[in-house]
Amino acid sequence: MTEGLFSADMMFVTAVLGMVAVTYSLRAGGYWVMGRLPITPRVRRGLESLPGAIIVSTILPIVLKGGLAVALCLVVAVAAQIKLRKEYVAVFCAVGAAAAFRAAGL
Amino acid sequence: MLKKNVTISLDGCVRGATLCFPASPGIIALGLVFGTVAAQKGLSFLETIMINSLVFAGASQFVAMEVYGSPLTWGLVVAMIGVTAAVNMRMLLIGASLRPWLGQVPAWQTYPALFFLTDLNWLLAISEYDKGTRDWGVYLGGGLFCWSIWSLSVVPGYFAGSLISDPKAFGLDVVLPAFFAALLVPLWKGKRQTYSWAVAGGVACLTWYLFGGYWSIFTGAIAGAFAGAYLDD
Repeated sequence: MTEGLFSADMMFVTAVLGMVAVTYSLRAGGYWVMGRLPITPRVRRGLESLPGAIIVSTILPIVLKGGLAVALCLVVAVAAQIKLRKEYVAVFCAVGAAAAFRAAGL
Repeated sequence: MLKKNVTISLDGCVRGATLCFPASPGIIALGLVFGTVAAQKGLSFLETIMINSLVFAGASQFVAMEVYGSPLTWGLVVAMIGVTAAVNMRMLLIGASLRPWLGQVPAWQTYPALFFLTDLNWLLAISEYDKGTRDWGVYLGGGLFCWSIWSLSVVPGYFAGSLISDPKAFGLDVVLPAFFAALLVPLWKGKRQTYSWAVAGGVACLTWYLFGGYWSIFTGAIAGAFAGAYLDD
C-alpha cells in the first residue's frame, strides 16, 4: 500500500483521469453524434431497435459464460415478467432460483 | 402522433431512484467486491474512491484493475485507459439511443447528466419512455441513485475485505442480467424485434466465441440496429 489512506500516486491519478475522459466521451459521444445526423425514418427505426439489440447482446454472452444455471435463472426472470409485469419480482425470483440452483450444485 | 414535451421534476427523479432500487443488492455486492479488489491490489483509500466514483463503470474498473500493477508505468497507464475504452464502447450506442428522448432538453442540462449514464438507468429510461413517460427525472434520479450507492458500497468493501466472499452462492451475480432479461419483455412488439434480436444475438454469440471479452455487446447491438432499420414494414 502507498503511504497513508489519503495519498495518491501521480501516475495512478493520470490513469484515472484518462479513464474518466475516455468513459465520458463514450457516454456523451453517441448522443452528440445523433444530434448532428438527420433522423430519417430508417435512422429512427435503427435507434428504436438499438435498446433491445444491446440487451440481447449483453445477456447472451453472460449466459454462455454462466452456463445452465444462469440460463435457467433468466428463463425464470422472463417467465415471471410475462406473468406479473413487475421487474423487481422477476429479479427476486431469478436470484432465488440462482441461489437454489447453486445450492443444488448445478 | 401525439407529442408531449419532455420535462423534469423532483417526483420524476424520485421515481427513477425507486425504479432502480430493486437492482441495489447487485450494485452493492459489486461495489463491495471492487473495494476489496482495490485494497488487495494496494490502492490507497483515496485512490479507490477516486477511480470508483469518477469512472463509475463497474465492469471496466474491474478489467482496469486486472491490468494495474505497482509501480505504474506509462505502458500500464495506456493499457488501463485502453481496456476501459473497449469495455465501455457500448455507451456510445446507449447514449445514441437516448437522443430521441433527451433531444429536446437543453444541452447544458443533458451533457452533465450524461456523466451518470449507466446500463441500468438507461434501460429504465427507455422502458419508461416507451410507456409514455416524458419526465426525464426518471433517467437522472436513477443515475444519481446508482452513483450514490455505488460510491458508498466501495467503502465497507475496502475496509472489511471480503464481507461477501462468494456473491455467486447468494445468486447476486444474476441480479443485473435478470433485470435486463425482465426489461426486454415489454420491448417486444412483433416481427421487427424478433428479427433484430435474432441478428443481434447471433452476431454477439459469434463475436464472443471468436474474440471473448466485451466486443460482442458492440458488434451484436450494431448488427441488431441495422437489421431493425432495414426491415421495412
